Amino acid sequence: MHDLAALTPLGATAPKVDRIGAMTISEVTDRALASVSCRAGKSTPFQSAAKKLFGTGLPTPGHWADGATYGLIWTGPEQWFVEAPFGTHEDIARIVKEPLGDTASVTEQTDGWVRFDLAGKTAVDMLERLCPVPARRMKKGDATRSIIEHMGCFVICREPDHFSLIAPRSFAGSLRHALCAAARSVA
Amino acid sequence: MIIPHPLLGPRDSQEFTYLGDANLIDRPDWQAEDAVDRFHDYLYLRDNPAGEHKELWFHEQGDRSWLVVTRNTLTHEIISAELARDVARTRGRSK
Repeated sequence: MHDLAALTPLGATAPKVDRIGAMTISEVTDRALASVSCRAGKSTPFQSAAKKLFGTGLPTPGHWADGATYGLIWTGPEQWFVEAPFGTHEDIARIVKEPLGDTASVTEQTDGWVRFDLAGKTAVDMLERLCPVPARRMKKGDATRSIIEHMGCFVICREPDHFSLIAPRSFAGSLRHALCAAARSVA
Repeated sequence: MIIPHPLLGPRDSQEFTYLGDANLIDRPDWQAEDAVDRFHDYLYLRDNPAGEHKELWFHEQGDRSWLVVTRNTLTHEIISAELARDVARTRGRSK
């Protein structure tokens, strides 16, 4: 049996938290992630299977939705990211694939991405410096993919003062640098 | 420049990459008798209008959809944007 040490995307053994002015920038590692794509011609059975499994309707373009266990983020036409607690859903792709059967294609994404949560009253001021999405107009339930300093990045509005950013894992260090620089400039 | 994405609303053009003339989605039938001539035209012949031009844009840093954007090459005004798959479907392809 292998006994490997788990590392966070920033390379430490525990997630990093930066507190700068009113902002808290935290690396989030306790969520598992998979992508789910509806297969061609299976839209109707997929929608009912997905609703039963996730406990919420599929979010429309530009939105996310939460069920009891799962969160869904719209990522493209007929494609969503599924989030769930890592502790109970480490093997999320298999857990999600079984009930969806041949209505959808599911791929594991957990270790491909880094997630930072921005919490604080200057979150919108920070995002306005970083990203072309209209962060000030985003409401709870909005989620979209855009760019932050040339890095492709999902911007998810949990609350108007709480955003999640999900970027490719190898950008973790560069993205944290960009976030901390923006946080200092609005502090 | 702002591109009015049909699903996501107005988006900054820095999220997109540009491919070229929208005729590129009309790929000729490779089994046709005159396939060589048609591929020659498909590859090399382009209109270069001063005015309205249909072109393909890819929302790379977004939802990864291909768009057919109608743009005025003189004023850079964007007249419309449609999903390329919808355009292909109206021509009877990609069910």
